[in-house]
Amino acid sequence: MAKVLVVTSGKGGVGKTTSTAALGAALAQSGENVVVVDFDVGLRNLDLVMGAERRVVFDLINVVQGDAKLSQALIRDKRIDNLSLLPASQTRDKDALTIEGVDKVVGELREKFDWVICDSPAGIERGALLAMRHADMAVVVTNPEVSSVRDSDRIIGMLDSKTLRAEKGDRVDKHLLLTRYDPMRAARNEMLKTEDVLEILSIPLLGIIPESEEVLRASNLGAPVTLNNPISAPARAYFDAAKRLRGEKVEVVVPLERKGLIGRLFGRRVA
Amino acid sequence: MALVLAPELPLGDWLAALDAQIERSPSFFDGRPVVVDLTGVPREQPDVAAFLQLLEERGIHIIGTEGAHPSWEGIEAWGRPLPGGKPARPIEVPEEPKAAAAPAPASQAEAASPAQQDGADAEPNALVIDHSIRSGQSVVFERGDVTVLGSVASGAEVMAGGSVHIYGTLRGRAIAGLAGNSAARIFCRRLQAELVAIDGVYQTADDMPDSVIGKPVQAWLDGEQMKIAALD
Repeated sequence: MAKVLVVTSGKGGVGKTTSTAALGAALAQSGENVVVVDFDVGLRNLDLVMGAERRVVFDLINVVQGDAKLSQALIRDKRIDNLSLLPASQTRDKDALTIEGVDKVVGELREKFDWVICDSPAGIERGALLAMRHADMAVVVTNPEVSSVRDSDRIIGMLDSKTLRAEKGDRVDKHLLLTRYDPMRAARNEMLKTEDVLEILSIPLLGIIPESEEVLRASNLGAPVTLNNPISAPARAYFDAAKRLRGEKVEVVVPLERKGLIGRLFGRRVA
Repeated sequence: MALVLAPELPLGDWLAALDAQIERSPSFFDGRPVVVDLTGVPREQPDVAAFLQLLEERGIHIIGTEGAHPSWEGIEAWGRPLPGGKPARPIEVPEEPKAAAAPAPASQAEAASPAQQDGADAEPNALVIDHSIRSGQSVVFERGDVTVLGSVASGAEVMAGGSVHIYGTLRGRAIAGLAGNSAARIFCRRLQAELVAIDGVYQTADDMPDSVIGKPVQAWLDGEQMKIAALD
């Protein structure tokens, strides 16, 4: 049965789009039929991270408003057959999304795919609410810092009250994805501790993604990090997270700083 | 002690939000003096006096206005404007429970769960919430005590007519004795609160002694003074 997964956070810039792309590509590589849907109407980015920006003809708003068929708007990934993208519109804004339209689109996507991954816009307004509306599962992307944690807490409250599942008295399955985790700063106690974040948010941990230049490099190349450099530390963490989403039991690894000879020689970077 | 209501434009929407609040907590304004802060209302707004009349019709007892423009007709009838507008407010109303005033225009206070609407079928004098209160959520129950079997997050608030009991960590706000009950108390298993208030007397995190932070504590009123002490 198809699963609808929302990737959300409240706060902007924590890594929702990166994580959507990376998890989508990781799930697709394990043989699942995946679509990633960009709900950030007006500020679309997922097409760039997926490297599909020059292939966008129709978008989510066209489908919501009935101007195009879903099959016309879906963009199949060139690298993996069973990964598709439904882009957002860059020229419109979130008011162009209607509840009925989103209901219809998500309903159709559920029939075609195993995983429907919705990339939520930042904020707690219409766009974010519609992105989470149909979710069976949620990945709450959080950085180990206080403002991000509080915003995530707010979003978890909304997942528990503003989704279709919540309205039916059911629960959205929520998972915490800790991103931009910097082992060096963690070693110096400059970040919130993982235990503290978990204690405050009290939802299960899906994974810890280390801060890495690989992520930035992959984004700039237009490829999810799990495709661009599958053996890099962040990619491995995303693969593990994807396995946990599929229900496999994988131990969570806390990223540690690994220093080579050069690292030991030049390890004392001025922060 | 007085509540401050700060109407926002458009006034129609603000009134609707107020009505929703009154519906949730019918006796919220009972016997409470209210100061209306009109600084958010532009000078050219017609009929401010009629607007205040509408508030009065909702059973809100207006003792004064703030930030009113002298050119408004009939404004004097609503009590002498408190001098000085904004900056005067904390001096004029030193015990102003900011937190308690907040929910009145709180159109954004969203339902945490069906349990928080103090529905008629709940036990009459106690509300038990068996989960944590997340940031941005607001629980208002003025008929009696609120017990939370979880934590209250930073940016969340629990308000009770009676006492507040938090069995997890209190990181947000707890407000007890809403309708003027100075015997109400606040209990929590771990104090990390942003603000605690009893019957309008409040303390922010800055005011709390280090010795109680992170401890299981109770807070109560000794006359006009709030006391916080560790429970063990």
